[in-house]
Amino acid sequence: MEKTTLFDKIWDAHVVKSVPAGPDVFFIDKHFIHEVTSPVAFLNLEKRGIGVKNPSRTVATPDHNVPTVDQDKTIKDKLSRMQVERLRENCAKYGIELHDLGSAHHGIVHVIGPELGITQPGMTIVCGDSHTSTHGAFGAIAFGIGTSEVEMVLATQCIMQSKPKKMRISIDGVAGPGVTSKDLILYVIAQISAAGATGYFVEYAGSAIQSLSMEARMTVCNMSIEMGARGGLIAPDETTFDYLKGKQYAPKEEEWDKAVAYWKTLKTDDGAVFDKEYHYDAADIEPMITYGTNPGMGIKVKGNIPTADGMEGSNKTSYLKSLDYMGFKPGEAIKGKKVDYVFVGSCTNGRIEDIRSVASFVKGHKKADNITAWIVPGSREVEKMAHEEGLVKILEEAGFELRQPGCSACLAMNDDKIPSGKYAVSTSNRNFEGRQGPGARTMLASPLTVAAVAVRGEICDPREVFEN
Amino acid sequence: MAYDKFTVLTSTAVPLPTDNVDTDQIIPARFLKATEREGFGDNLFRDWRYDVEGNPKKDFVLNDPTYSGKILVSGRNFGSGSSREHAVWALYDYGFRCVVSSFFADIFKNNCLNIGVLPVTVSPEFADKLLDTITADPGTEIKVDIPNQKITLLATGESESFDINEYKKQNMQNGFDDIDYLLNMSDEIDAFAVDK
Repeated sequence: MEKTTLFDKIWDAHVVKSVPAGPDVFFIDKHFIHEVTSPVAFLNLEKRGIGVKNPSRTVATPDHNVPTVDQDKTIKDKLSRMQVERLRENCAKYGIELHDLGSAHHGIVHVIGPELGITQPGMTIVCGDSHTSTHGAFGAIAFGIGTSEVEMVLATQCIMQSKPKKMRISIDGVAGPGVTSKDLILYVIAQISAAGATGYFVEYAGSAIQSLSMEARMTVCNMSIEMGARGGLIAPDETTFDYLKGKQYAPKEEEWDKAVAYWKTLKTDDGAVFDKEYHYDAADIEPMITYGTNPGMGIKVKGNIPTADGMEGSNKTSYLKSLDYMGFKPGEAIKGKKVDYVFVGSCTNGRIEDIRSVASFVKGHKKADNITAWIVPGSREVEKMAHEEGLVKILEEAGFELRQPGCSACLAMNDDKIPSGKYAVSTSNRNFEGRQGPGARTMLASPLTVAAVAVRGEICDPREVFEN
Repeated sequence: MAYDKFTVLTSTAVPLPTDNVDTDQIIPARFLKATEREGFGDNLFRDWRYDVEGNPKKDFVLNDPTYSGKILVSGRNFGSGSSREHAVWALYDYGFRCVVSSFFADIFKNNCLNIGVLPVTVSPEFADKLLDTITADPGTEIKVDIPNQKITLLATGESESFDINEYKKQNMQNGFDDIDYLLNMSDEIDAFAVDK
């Protein structure tokens, strides 16, 4: 029997038909939608005179555009309000489950799906958002799509998709103290580059990956898109099953036993071949931070910004332009750089373990005077747990401002913008020019590094700031 | 028809010799607050085109009237980052039907093919050649031929072949999108979904 990968098994089981010399007609188990990439899709459905094929396979939440304060009041921004209202109207019209602002499970779409147990191994999942790859942490094929494809899935529950090539990234060994899954993935992207996995779907493997919690795995899969990959997944195991057991939409009783028996078959066969493989040792990985304007421009916090030696042509011009935007010089140390804002949140690191991490490290400390610190929980559920565990009190005493769930300053569609020229160290996923506001200078890092920066007021290695 | 048919396009081109143009630059997040598709061309490359007061930045190519056309030629890794299809709407709405680069990001490339903007991948050398030629002579005409999968610098006849998925090729020439294809096989999809 042919040896196949986890990716092959799930992909092949979802192909309705292959177009000769063309894409596959690919069936989608679950479709997540939000308020920014769905309005035009629904509008076009109406223009075609057709409805939503499978409302029961569709789940919605407003996250990108929503304010993170006063969520119980009418949204002030007219355009944001219209988008959220449009989502409500469309969900009501077609009978789509909506986790609206103020509801118990409202939050960032890639946070609530797993929380509710909607995301499960072996599924195919899409959403009009590139960080849909997050759900791959459960051993699902999950990827981002554009609005036309949102329309396609709503109309037919299928998408036309060419099967990507397969890449495996293995990280073995044990990461040192103070090194989180965010550092693992930032390190890998720095090695492979922001376009290095374009055309590939990634499987993450190796003992360092297997030892991660589900939330830590979600951080890794979330950032797959930042190296250009279509998506990334991790084979399900006991950690996955333990997380899912008892979740609202997880199978129960006999259905649970049947599901787990199937999920246990979801792994890459020994000897299966990938189109490309990379191997890393976790011991080589240290706290990371980005210094440039794409997520691949990352270095160890203790390191220096690379010089432009050996670069040529448009590569060199782009590099220098990037540093110029950030106000940095080639070759200089990143430690000690003054920071203005820290942001803990986003679908990358806005979960309860991230907030616990920040709280346990800033406990007893106060944030530096020059820092404005925002914590935006990824969901109402995360917010609730943070209160129940006393984390909010610790964070507020340290001078952090806790806001309500939403994508917030990750992409600054709402008012949570970093002012022009200011430096923000952020647990989010992109540091493009103007990402967090026109002229904003974003540096990506782990929650631990962000906590350290908040306390010191400047770029620093968390291992040097916190005793444990 | 989902968009205007595209078989052969002959046009002048706009050169943007920058690498890693991500979709946040093509259309900043604050412009995604739309409930309709119209009007995105005005905000194409917004923060590169205009300063914070809304004044055109002199050194950005879209503000230089000597360069115009339906083709945009850019550096490598064009369209990286967010899946926002709005980036392609902005390009289409502005008037571009074709983007030429030595490397496209995946989701962006897919979005282009769904909207009717043709992404043409050429060798880095040919991309540089196009950029240099157009920059030096804004009147340079380029011919993009979908049936023959060829892009040609008309003045010299230099050309390269480009790849396009056969299925997408047919769609582009007819102005079709995937939904029409899928709606026609609804029964097959229902049969497939029975045990899912």
